[in-house]
Amino acid sequence: MFRLLQIELFKIFSRPRTYIAFAVITAIIFLVQIALRFSGREYMDLIMSGVKETFEVPAEEALNGYLVCYIVLNLLLIHVPILVALVAGDVVAGEANMGTLRLLLTKPVSRTRLLLIKFLASSIYTILLLIWVAVLALGLSVLLFGTSDLFVAREVDSNIIAESDVLWRYFAAFLFAAIGLLTVTALAFMLSAFAENSIGPIVATVCIIIVFTILTQMQIPFYDETVKPYLFTTHMLGWKGFFYVRAEEGVTVDGSIEDFPLIVKSGLILIGYAALFVVTAIWYFRKKNILS
Amino acid sequence: MSAVIRVRNLSRDFREVRAVDDLSFTVPAGEVYGFLGQNGAGKSTTIRMLLSLIRPTAGRIEIFDLDLERHRHKIMRSVGAIIEKPDLYKFLTALENLRIFSAMSGNRHSEKQLLHQLELVGLRERAHSKVQTYSQGMKQRLGIAVALVHDPDLIILDEPMNGLDPQGIADVRKLIVHLAHDRGKTVFVSSHLLNEMELIADSMLIINKGKKIAEGSKEELLNPTTAVVEVITGDASRATALVHQSRWSAFALPAGEGALRFELEKARIPELTKELVEMGIPIHSIRPRHSLEDLFLSLTAH
Repeated sequence: MFRLLQIELFKIFSRPRTYIAFAVITAIIFLVQIALRFSGREYMDLIMSGVKETFEVPAEEALNGYLVCYIVLNLLLIHVPILVALVAGDVVAGEANMGTLRLLLTKPVSRTRLLLIKFLASSIYTILLLIWVAVLALGLSVLLFGTSDLFVAREVDSNIIAESDVLWRYFAAFLFAAIGLLTVTALAFMLSAFAENSIGPIVATVCIIIVFTILTQMQIPFYDETVKPYLFTTHMLGWKGFFYVRAEEGVTVDGSIEDFPLIVKSGLILIGYAALFVVTAIWYFRKKNILS
Repeated sequence: MSAVIRVRNLSRDFREVRAVDDLSFTVPAGEVYGFLGQNGAGKSTTIRMLLSLIRPTAGRIEIFDLDLERHRHKIMRSVGAIIEKPDLYKFLTALENLRIFSAMSGNRHSEKQLLHQLELVGLRERAHSKVQTYSQGMKQRLGIAVALVHDPDLIILDEPMNGLDPQGIADVRKLIVHLAHDRGKTVFVSSHLLNEMELIADSMLIINKGKKIAEGSKEELLNPTTAVVEVITGDASRATALVHQSRWSAFALPAGEGALRFELEKARIPELTKELVEMGIPIHSIRPRHSLEDLFLSLTAH
């Protein structure tokens, strides 16, 4: 099993296209960091304009590595799924398109095992991509901007999280983001198992994410109860929950989470979706006639 | 001789079309078994069913006396194949491709062993070149190396000579015969190159529109009791008219340019020759045709 996984990873990381996502993420994060480095003060004035009377946080102190990471994650975690689809959507359909799938399936490896290995390899790629995001967005931002309390702006109110209470929240948030991205990986992987070339599953995954994200962000009451609870994109935003803290008498409680059960619920829903996508892919692929 | 492949009443439908129709055949061990048929005859569909890439609509396949559906995993450990064209990972080198498919077969070959495999197919010098830089013939040879890398007992080759130059064809021909006759492998090979099949195959199966139309050893198929006789004459139109008035018209096949053709028992060839001369037909030469091409064309023309 481990040998076959090594082979899959070798194939994934031997292709130049695999590194496109890493390059794109690097570019976006650098651009955000450069922008905040040179005009961070104006940006902070803008986002804190509505809360200046409530919070006494100097803009120069609020703009620190933790906040930069939070800004980057808000921007990126909607778009990383698109990059994930580049590899996960290609992992089965790309082999069908190249003609290597039929050769692989003449080998003494069951289709279920082959598919599980491919999913595992795609998942490792996704996790590595997320680690890369973490290294650049959190690690590099902390190096460039230093650390201080984290100011989190929300729709109704805002939180200030003590510097000492931030880091574990990022670890938890990245862990949750991993579950979300693995759900997208599973979706692209499932579509890949259905297809004969990789364009279809990649484009289909991207389209699904765009449509679902638009629906998730629409502030229309009708969708709030009928559609949004069932969209995996809604639950992918659950990572933000780790930065929503409880307050007692106007003071945030260190180590607290406003609604932990909601985060767990979202996580379980995402895991359920991922399992459903993988099982569907295996069910279909086991009986698929290989005509490519 | 024991059988390596036993196929019984195999059929495969694609919607309204029956691609393979009640096909039964047996492939003996240690032989080169030629699989012939026109384009669209059902060869590739049959091969894909032998490799469990396509599920049969009906019928049963046994390989090494094991049911393919129930023992696929065990069977495939001893099967190597090229299907249609040797599509490999173009972004990897020949050596990397070979290492991947060796591992997928459950083996762990050393680099030296893999390089030896490449040497067998004449690719040792290009072992570290990416496959995307290979010619079609080189890819074909690498495909054969991939099929053989885990030393299988049954080798299924679908059009292995496609894209090869004359030297390459001769090399593959030699390799196939060597594998079967010197190393005891069973080689199931489909090809449209009839003269090549005639040179290498010990037994043959000919299919048309998904149905078996002939099966047997080369000797049985190419030396039947009947033969196609070609009579080269100086005046074909007059000769054709004369033949049509004679009792030999029942044996006549459509005439070729400057030639009459008959299909009849071999024993009657002297009698035919005598009567044609008596009819005043000038005969320049007369020859029985036994080639695989003749057999194939006569069988698939109906």
